[in-house]
Amino acid sequence: MREKPLTIKHVLDIASLSPDQITYILDTAASFKEISTRSIKKVPTLRGKTVINLFFEPSTRTRASFEIAAKRLSADTLSISASTSSVVKGETLIDTARNLEAMQPDVIVLRHSLSGAPHLLSRHVRASVINAGDGAHEHPTQALLDLLTVREKKGRLKGLKLAIMGDIAHSRVAHSNILGFTKMGANVVVSGPATMIPPYIEKLGAKVTLDMKEALQGADVIMVLRIQLERQNKLSFPSIREYATFFGLHTKHLASAAPDVIVMHPGPINRGVEISPELADGPYSVILDQVTNGVAVRMALLYLLLGSETRMTHGDTKKNENNPPSPPFSKGGNPLSPPLQKRGHPLNSPLGKDGVPSIPPLEKGDTGGFSGVSQ
Amino acid sequence: MNLYLKGARIVDPSALTGRATGRSAGANETPAIVKADVLYDIYIRNGKIALLRVSGDGPIPPDAKVIDLAGKIVTPGLMDMHTHLREPGEEYKETIATGCLAAVSGGFTAIACMPNTKPVNDNKSITEYILQEAEAAQLARVYPIGAISKGLQGETLAEFGDMKAAGIVAVTDDGRPVMNGELMRRALEYARNFDLPVISHCEELTLCSGGVINEGLVSTQLGLPGIPAVAEEVMVFREIRLAALTESSVHIAHVSTRGSVDLIRQAKASGVNVTAETAPHYFSLTEEAVTGYDTNAKMNPPLRTKEDVAAIIEGLKDGTIDAIASDHAPHSTLEKEVEFDMAANGIVGLETILPLTLRLVHAGHLSLHEAIVKLSAKPARILRLEIPSIQIGKKADLTIIDPDRKFIVDVHKFQSRSKNSPFHGWELKGKAVMTIINGRIVFDDLN
Repeated sequence: MREKPLTIKHVLDIASLSPDQITYILDTAASFKEISTRSIKKVPTLRGKTVINLFFEPSTRTRASFEIAAKRLSADTLSISASTSSVVKGETLIDTARNLEAMQPDVIVLRHSLSGAPHLLSRHVRASVINAGDGAHEHPTQALLDLLTVREKKGRLKGLKLAIMGDIAHSRVAHSNILGFTKMGANVVVSGPATMIPPYIEKLGAKVTLDMKEALQGADVIMVLRIQLERQNKLSFPSIREYATFFGLHTKHLASAAPDVIVMHPGPINRGVEISPELADGPYSVILDQVTNGVAVRMALLYLLLGSETRMTHGDTKKNENNPPSPPFSKGGNPLSPPLQKRGHPLNSPLGKDGVPSIPPLEKGDTGGFSGVSQ
Repeated sequence: MNLYLKGARIVDPSALTGRATGRSAGANETPAIVKADVLYDIYIRNGKIALLRVSGDGPIPPDAKVIDLAGKIVTPGLMDMHTHLREPGEEYKETIATGCLAAVSGGFTAIACMPNTKPVNDNKSITEYILQEAEAAQLARVYPIGAISKGLQGETLAEFGDMKAAGIVAVTDDGRPVMNGELMRRALEYARNFDLPVISHCEELTLCSGGVINEGLVSTQLGLPGIPAVAEEVMVFREIRLAALTESSVHIAHVSTRGSVDLIRQAKASGVNVTAETAPHYFSLTEEAVTGYDTNAKMNPPLRTKEDVAAIIEGLKDGTIDAIASDHAPHSTLEKEVEFDMAANGIVGLETILPLTLRLVHAGHLSLHEAIVKLSAKPARILRLEIPSIQIGKKADLTIIDPDRKFIVDVHKFQSRSKNSPFHGWELKGKAVMTIINGRIVFDDLN
């Protein structure tokens, strides 16, 4: 028996992930991207596993992304939204969870309008819980896909300047990204209406400026946030029109940014409010790459939580090299794997001998910086 | 049964002088918080203190059960001026009887209960009901507090005179601030006719907009809506100025912020008749306790920062904060095992307030004497009740404390019907080991 590495059971927030764990997730996600480019976009890795998407808040992108990610790994998925669930009959979150638990799911993906709901859930179920966005708290998978996207485009994260613009106070995306990017060595500056800058945000590692120009000066990455009309009380700004005029991002604002700046948006976009249509659709925009990477990141997380016996190791990359993840299927025991294998490119494919993704090992001494990008 | 309490130290804030006679302390090593004092014997006959003398100075009456209190401290019965009993209306959280049992188990012989029951204690029939149930429980003395406004709606005054005649000792809309400034002014004025103290729960609701914890670093980290300290402070300022305007007095409940302490200190210095209480959680915990979305650390006012905690302790030391009250607020898992935003505010406190206050004594912030003042004489004075004291001829309401007893807080052992406490698992030193009311032992954990 080898020593059991430190594992994580749930993905609740970026705050509790180490830089090494983040790097490991990103490396894994990068290796999964190829699967989605095949004509048959499916591997048997999570066959027999059940993933429940429990969405108590409207979502298109995140929900579809999780569902596709699970299906591409051959897991069985079930999506439940608040309007169709027993919540409307007054069932509590814990009762809902316990009932679902009784059906033995392996992962519960939770989206909830209240901060901390995934933490509550995780204390009451045996399944792994993935936070798909909770209130104004965190949206860890969004931050991971943003990190992956930036790393792909820039080749690194360390030393980059990320400007996050807009409604910081209500944005779980901003919160997770401030934590994620600062952990990975990037410099984060936030800017927006003073009514939307939460207290002590600088203690999380972000620099705060009310001067939009200063925020954008030399920025390598600009992340524009959706103005969350559903979470605002009416006192934060006078009108959409004024917001668009003084806080909306237009192409002209990019003049002082780095020449190869990229523009991100977690979606859904309020076109013409926080971002102009020409910018959203223009050459600087990587908005759709974000969406593509979302599937890869979620596949990686599902795999790491379920498909890999080693799960995520905490910091110790050497151990990983010495002990590659063992296959969840017995040798050649999977009837689906041979045809899938033939279609893959043996050198680049994340699929190993038994149709199981072989996770590229981290390079020695990679402690959260950036050299471990897989090809 | 008559009792003979033998060889105890006495801490009696009501009798500050006249204890100088007698011999020096016993040979036992002296714990830090026990002053080198004299040991006394107390003979309790027919519910009253019949004898009080230096220990060993006379024969033990043959009809008395002897209780050896070596190493223990006897104080006048403690009084909690801020308790929520949930009866009538939410008996699944606490009844008057279980609340009284929790009180005596925590060393309290008297509690004042807040009016936010269902229905609200805003009329004499509810007041009478509470007193009748308390009488039936035969445990702690219960002093009901009536509502300021009918139904706690903040619109019209409740019938102060009628409720006073039925037995209330103060008025408050606790749990809800009186947002209408004129109503608060009229309450302060009208209460003067009936000699009723007015207690204010200070919270400017329009500054809280959905807040569930202190606005600060933790609220940002957890993505929870915040309640800024200023929401409390602007109302503290309003109450102070209204008390000055109406030449009346006001009592500020559960002070939680540095700014409130400063305002009250200034007001007292300028002669305004303002008193204040805080609760143990505001000097024992910070907003960090909420980390992990622990709903047992959700309360209103919310837990604040370590700077606020330091200011609260300073306010207790210099007398700005007169009293320590539990704000005992029982809730069941129905209200607490839910999403943080939806969880009810408050913690049970009667069974931890004394040990947590003794922590201040162990830490050198308060003398034992000062701590007992804030748990007995001051609350009684603020509520205009007789000051509890240990004197011959007085009713025998006594609390016996073992200042050295160490124990682990275990909510499952609470007598309260609810278990919502953020102190579960804490190791504390010092607790009540016996509670005597009218000469009757109502709680015994002596051995």
